[in-house]
Amino acid sequence: MSPLPDYYTIWHKAGHYGLRIMAALVLIFLMLPILVIMPLSFNAEPFFTFTQGMLSLDPDAYSTRWYQEIVDDQKWRIAIRNSFLVGIAAASIATVLGTLAAVGLASPWMPFKRVITALLLSPMIVPLIIIAAGMFFFYTQFNLVGTFTGLIIAHAALGVPFVIITVTATLSGFDRSLFVAGLSLGASPIKVFWDVVIPLIRPGVISGGLFAFVTSFDEVVLVLFLAGPEQRTIPRQMFSGLREQINPTILAVATLLVVLSATMLFVLEALRRRSARLRGKE
Amino acid sequence: MSSLSSQDAANARRQMRRRRLQAFLFVVPLLLFILFAFVAPITTMLFRSVYNPTVAELVPETLTMLEDWDGETLPDPAVVTRMAIDMKRMAGNRTSGRFADEINRALPGMSSVIKSTARGLRRADDAELAANGAEMLLAENDRWAKPATWRAIRSAGQVYTSSYYLTAVDLEYDAEGEIIMRDTQIYKQLYTKTLKMALIITGLTMLLGYPLAFYMSQASPATANFLMVFVLLPFWTSLLVRTTAWIALLQAGGVVNSTLIWAGLINEPIELLYNEFSTILAMTHILLPFMVLPLYAVMRGIDSSFMRAAISMGSNPIGAWYKIYLPMSLPGLSAGALLVFIISVGYYITPALVGGTDGQMISNIIAFHMQVSNNWELAAALGSLLLILILVLYWLFDRFVGTDNLKLG
Repeated sequence: MSPLPDYYTIWHKAGHYGLRIMAALVLIFLMLPILVIMPLSFNAEPFFTFTQGMLSLDPDAYSTRWYQEIVDDQKWRIAIRNSFLVGIAAASIATVLGTLAAVGLASPWMPFKRVITALLLSPMIVPLIIIAAGMFFFYTQFNLVGTFTGLIIAHAALGVPFVIITVTATLSGFDRSLFVAGLSLGASPIKVFWDVVIPLIRPGVISGGLFAFVTSFDEVVLVLFLAGPEQRTIPRQMFSGLREQINPTILAVATLLVVLSATMLFVLEALRRRSARLRGKE
Repeated sequence: MSSLSSQDAANARRQMRRRRLQAFLFVVPLLLFILFAFVAPITTMLFRSVYNPTVAELVPETLTMLEDWDGETLPDPAVVTRMAIDMKRMAGNRTSGRFADEINRALPGMSSVIKSTARGLRRADDAELAANGAEMLLAENDRWAKPATWRAIRSAGQVYTSSYYLTAVDLEYDAEGEIIMRDTQIYKQLYTKTLKMALIITGLTMLLGYPLAFYMSQASPATANFLMVFVLLPFWTSLLVRTTAWIALLQAGGVVNSTLIWAGLINEPIELLYNEFSTILAMTHILLPFMVLPLYAVMRGIDSSFMRAAISMGSNPIGAWYKIYLPMSLPGLSAGALLVFIISVGYYITPALVGGTDGQMISNIIAFHMQVSNNWELAAALGSLLLILILVLYWLFDRFVGTDNLKLG
């Protein structure tokens, strides 16, 4: 921060420092709830609050028993496996189909571009409860409710808009003459797509895929409506845990999820920088 | 210079068509997928809100025979007998419960009548039923002798109906078929409450997000990037984790209550959780990044020398901000506000977990009718109204803000 200009009156200065304090308070409001759950997940007692021992930093008041519980409890193990299974499958479908579509939409010759884009982005706008109800009615007719296939299709549809947005953003810096050049040299559109387009837009594709994965990984409303007991995911398990019997295992899971999202954030930021660099070169 | 021959023009047109087709083919797989996975379900829901074949499928003959009935007196004994036979069949294949639920919606109190009748007629002899089923049905419960009961069956038997939309806005058909206000006004109040809560949340995110975004836009790029992590980390954290965090903070034995007791401000834990307050607080926390991100994106593009110039020329900071900075930051503010408002209107998880009874929003009632009361048609009607509301809001968003400004992270 540079020193304040001389013409500032005391009120200007008060405003300046007031803004600083306000910004700091808002940041604390944003971060505090997430930071509080981390030490609480090491509570030796089955409470959601700091014990006397924890406050006096007594090592006996801390334990990793709730983390052990996640490993020992078969329900959590299945939930973790399901979350990754559904997330990876849904993100794969969304990424493959979404990337293809984004390439088509980026073409200047694409017909009905506005309508189709709006249609493909609509899963992002419609409230989840409406999607869940509609999918429940429709998927029942195909016996997809209570199956992994149904849940994966549903989550893939939710992830599509994110893939379209990120890949389209990367494609905005893509030189179309490269595509035309490839075609004029006799390669098929598929080959040009695979050998020329994909390597150039890869950062956008990967971050789109990550967005789609996180969307599925974090989603619980569709799981509540479409999944059977065998398709329970981590958020679903947390949801019933919070409703039925609250115990610090949930805090341990939450802490692990925060670590996971921090990692994800780091990877996405690295990808964004790389993509910006690639585009900057052109 | 030679002009374009018709041969060249035809070639150009053909090539153009090929390119259009080529571009379209890239989109086709996803388009088909979304049509099946998303568009068809939403269409089914819209259809479902006016379509209910349950009763028509359960008692088709009785309904056909009721078509000629005048609606004022007891129906023909043949019709009543047919109903008695249907009751036995439904008791046998365990569909009488569904029938009872459906009729009960048209005429409250019928559920127990139908269930007890079904129990009574389950073991009745077929020949005896065919001969004097009418008397047997009337003997089970005297409500079968009332024309209102038969009117209820006839109206519940309609496959296409607007009655769920009427219920969704607290109206109903009376005995004469006129539209009247319902005795209990639930849903209009619920919509108002949902909009009110969404407005409060939007207001709070503006109040908290604006100073933070402003400060970040004035800071050096390194500081801003560093502070951005504290906005993005919550944004990326699972919303269940953040809801869990608020439960840990606010519950009776939670961090906030313990701290307040320790500080001597209160003697007993106060009720912070499972009410409207906790819902609004947790949702404000969850949606705040949606306000900060578009605001920051716009503010970073505003040249700060305008403000400095105004202040150096003697304007007070508030006046300078109001006259110069606010209008320039308005696109970001409206983008953030509409985004937060649209998302909070349709929110489900957080109110379901921390809302208790008075923090419930419209989505929670839709879920209730889907999962608990099994009134799927009413859920579909309420959902369709919510969808229309969201689409109107989104249309406004597109008109005034433009969806091109929508960016991730």
